[in-house]
Amino acid sequence: MTATSAVSTLDQVMERWEPVIGLEVHGQLLTQSKMFCGCSADYIGSPPNSNTCPVCLGLPGVLPVMNRVAVEYTVRSALALNCEIPERSKFDRKNYFYPDLPKGYQISQWDMPLSLNGHLTFTVDGAEVRCGITRVHLEEDTGTLQHAGDILQQARSSVVDLNRAGVPLMEIVGEPDLRTPAQAREYLVRLRQILVYIGVNDGNLEQGSFRCDANISLRKHGETGLGVKVEVKNMNSFRAVHRALEYEIVRQGRLLDQGQTIAQETRGWVEAKGATISQRSKEYAHDYRYFPEPDLPPLHLNAEFVDRVRAALPELPQQLAERLQRENGLSAYDAATVTAEREDARAFESLVAAGVPAKAAANWLMGEVARLARESRTPLPGSGLGLEGLASLIKLVEAGTINGSTAKELLEELYLAGGDPAAVVEERGLGQVSDQAELERLVDAVLAENPAAVADFQGGKEQALQRLVGGVMKATRGRADARVVTGLLRDRLAP
Amino acid sequence: MSWENVGELGARLRSGETTPAQLADHARSAIESLASLHPVLRYTGALTEHQAGRAARMLAESPEQAGPLCGIPFAYKDVLCVEGVETSAGSKILEGFIPPYTGTALQRLLDAGAVPVAVTNCDEFAMGSSNENSAFGPVGNPWDPSRVPGGSSGGSAAVVAAGAVPFSLGTDTGGSIRQPASFCGVAGFKPTYGRVSRYGLIAFASSLDQIGPFARSVEDAAHVFTAMAGHDPRDSTTSPLPVEPVATQLARGVAGMRLGVPREYMAEGLEPGVRAAVEAALAQLEKLGATLVEVSLPSTEAALSTYYIIAPAECSANLARMDGVRFGLHVDRQSLTDTYLETRGQGFGPEVKRRIMLGTYALSSGYYDAYYRQAQKVRTLIAEEFDRAFETVDALVCPTSPIVAFPKGDKSDPLSMYLCDVLTLPVNLAGLPGISIPCGLSEGLPVGLQVIGPRLGDAQVLRVARAYEAATAWHTQQPPPLPAASEAFA
Repeated sequence: MTATSAVSTLDQVMERWEPVIGLEVHGQLLTQSKMFCGCSADYIGSPPNSNTCPVCLGLPGVLPVMNRVAVEYTVRSALALNCEIPERSKFDRKNYFYPDLPKGYQISQWDMPLSLNGHLTFTVDGAEVRCGITRVHLEEDTGTLQHAGDILQQARSSVVDLNRAGVPLMEIVGEPDLRTPAQAREYLVRLRQILVYIGVNDGNLEQGSFRCDANISLRKHGETGLGVKVEVKNMNSFRAVHRALEYEIVRQGRLLDQGQTIAQETRGWVEAKGATISQRSKEYAHDYRYFPEPDLPPLHLNAEFVDRVRAALPELPQQLAERLQRENGLSAYDAATVTAEREDARAFESLVAAGVPAKAAANWLMGEVARLARESRTPLPGSGLGLEGLASLIKLVEAGTINGSTAKELLEELYLAGGDPAAVVEERGLGQVSDQAELERLVDAVLAENPAAVADFQGGKEQALQRLVGGVMKATRGRADARVVTGLLRDRLAP
Repeated sequence: MSWENVGELGARLRSGETTPAQLADHARSAIESLASLHPVLRYTGALTEHQAGRAARMLAESPEQAGPLCGIPFAYKDVLCVEGVETSAGSKILEGFIPPYTGTALQRLLDAGAVPVAVTNCDEFAMGSSNENSAFGPVGNPWDPSRVPGGSSGGSAAVVAAGAVPFSLGTDTGGSIRQPASFCGVAGFKPTYGRVSRYGLIAFASSLDQIGPFARSVEDAAHVFTAMAGHDPRDSTTSPLPVEPVATQLARGVAGMRLGVPREYMAEGLEPGVRAAVEAALAQLEKLGATLVEVSLPSTEAALSTYYIIAPAECSANLARMDGVRFGLHVDRQSLTDTYLETRGQGFGPEVKRRIMLGTYALSSGYYDAYYRQAQKVRTLIAEEFDRAFETVDALVCPTSPIVAFPKGDKSDPLSMYLCDVLTLPVNLAGLPGISIPCGLSEGLPVGLQVIGPRLGDAQVLRVARAYEAATAWHTQQPPPLPAASEAFA
């Protein structure tokens, strides 16, 4: 075993070692203004350094003023994650020098965060996982840097953009309760889903409004102590988190198998290489010299405020999925799929409210509509067809007025362009031929025109029936119900 | 020089005998004649003209509604930000920094029609007790140019003491208004922490800093305080409580008041001349009907070391933004670290570096509990002792400084300089209001009487000070005329 350990696979490493994973998530809050000044928190697309003021530029003499909505959003998030909200909390200064940090310190929370002791429960491969949430606290985002080169220390020149500086940032610190990359990924998916559902974060990993750092160490199965941990950064998709953790497990496992020790360090995930690289070792770890922020009085959150936020907490995705199973008879799978994205869940509920059967609503939303939304980059609510049009279209199918393939063609045509499906069906005569006498007449004509196919079928070639069905469908320009036609043909051809 | 007070100047403005622009010109020439003292770093130029015009219109439109400060010239300390006027905090690192905004206290004075004329010299980032730490050279005391005016607001004290402007603004973190007021023989008032907005004040130690006025009378200081005080949504540490009207309090006298004399503030270490002047002042207050009570503030001894942990700790963070990236001095080097090191190494003076290092050390991992946390506990004790004292007395009276103005260069070791503030810095630690007013001369140099009040008892402090001032003439004493320029350097 030891001879081959240098090239052990992930599965082999995980047979010998148990990964211990804890995630730190930073989420920008969807407030109107920044954390401590009146500048817009929506900074994407502004010309560099235009979305700034003396406060977020950190000019001499300015003072921070706390954004109350950001506090409320953080409390809302903490409650959704089953945290306790202490009555007293405070802000602290976290001191370090970096050009994207205008004041030379970040206003954050150290020993008295807004919330503590929560948890998130979810299912991976049929097994329930409960991950503790150490704390959810509030801080401010930094600016952004662009370097001529990979990292600042090697750059020929760097430019600073402070548009993002001071945007409210919530940090969710998870306990090291996760044991596999799949669990880590699912934790993030669920966490993101909750934050988006409760309207505090837009869940965009690519743009970095939802970002994740991972701490990972390995230990022998059955041990309770912790190994030396490595912090992994720069993962900007769920897939990247999954891959980076797999990479680290294999890297650390091979080193341990060779009897080497793991260096406590920060490593960055490099997507193009599919590998993590060392960024900063422990010797260079910062001493942040936290101390209470003297410019902001301590926070007192009374029970009344917390109760009000709790009462206003919207339905969480898991609760909604359970309700859809209970009230609408969706399968667990359909319910989970429909509630994955908040917009889809809202669309589903609107369709059902408009009289569309639940199963049909789920199928259409998750199938054709999802495809069109993705391809056209236009979500249903913003499309020409809209929710109302979709409801009307599905109802035409359910009533037997049009068949499935006509409906798909119409959806494709009307999704962006818009229009009333019922009117279009009426105008173009797309309605299904459901007149029995008419269908029988067409069936007889097709039988008469295709004696060879009739003979084949009666000779035992079942697939010949499809040619006859196709003939009838062609004669009706696709407007017949194929199942009805098949039935009629079988009746006629019955010996 | 003009020795007229705010009321007298206001009367002349309203009678049409003079104009805000003329008063501003006059103040400027008066300041120019003080060049050998070096109390001013720059003039406010176009802003002076603009504001004089604005004041003239306010006086013309509604002389009744225009407040007492309308049209009155003043100077402010080089740590206060006014849009378009350089503010350098007495430091090379901020030389050339022109704020794009105006701080709240200044804005309120501008809105009251006051006319800024000059920006005064001070210790670098308000760190010092002699004004010798200014990167742009020391300030001379109008009473004796070879002596210091006190610090850190030395320039602001000097221009008022020399009769160039009726009032000026300073800042007080550990005594930086009261001690120079004492050394220069003028009134210097540090309001309750949170009573005047700090927005626009370049921070030294955020939990201790407070803006306040220098004036030649308590009444004038009260006018300036009233114009600046009150809640500011831009400063979360300002009190939301309404400001008690000061004017009605001023004339009420001290008869029937109980005034505490802290035993520890009258202990050894006071210069005999200071002790004599302060004891005479206490006797005067008693004669005016106040009851003197000895009180004890046993933690006074620990105040100095407490202060020199908390203030440097806060300054180590507050001054981190001076990094050469966005404003001020930038020394370009190959690497980021070298750029930081060189910019800050060349930009800061030795006292500022000393305090940044002290503060960085006190906050470091492993030392935080022993220093910063412990200091915060002692700070609470000090505040509680004051609170207890104010359960039995209305105000405290004591010396402002144990010594009078000392010769430049006399206190070259930092600790002896720090000891200058031993009677003023406990007041900042407790967040209380305090004033220094002239109460005599010792060997021809002014002595200051300090009045300390309970939190938000600003009007009470001014009332006691006014009662003393009304019964004495020390505030009308003028320094001897300056020697001619050639003699000054002889």
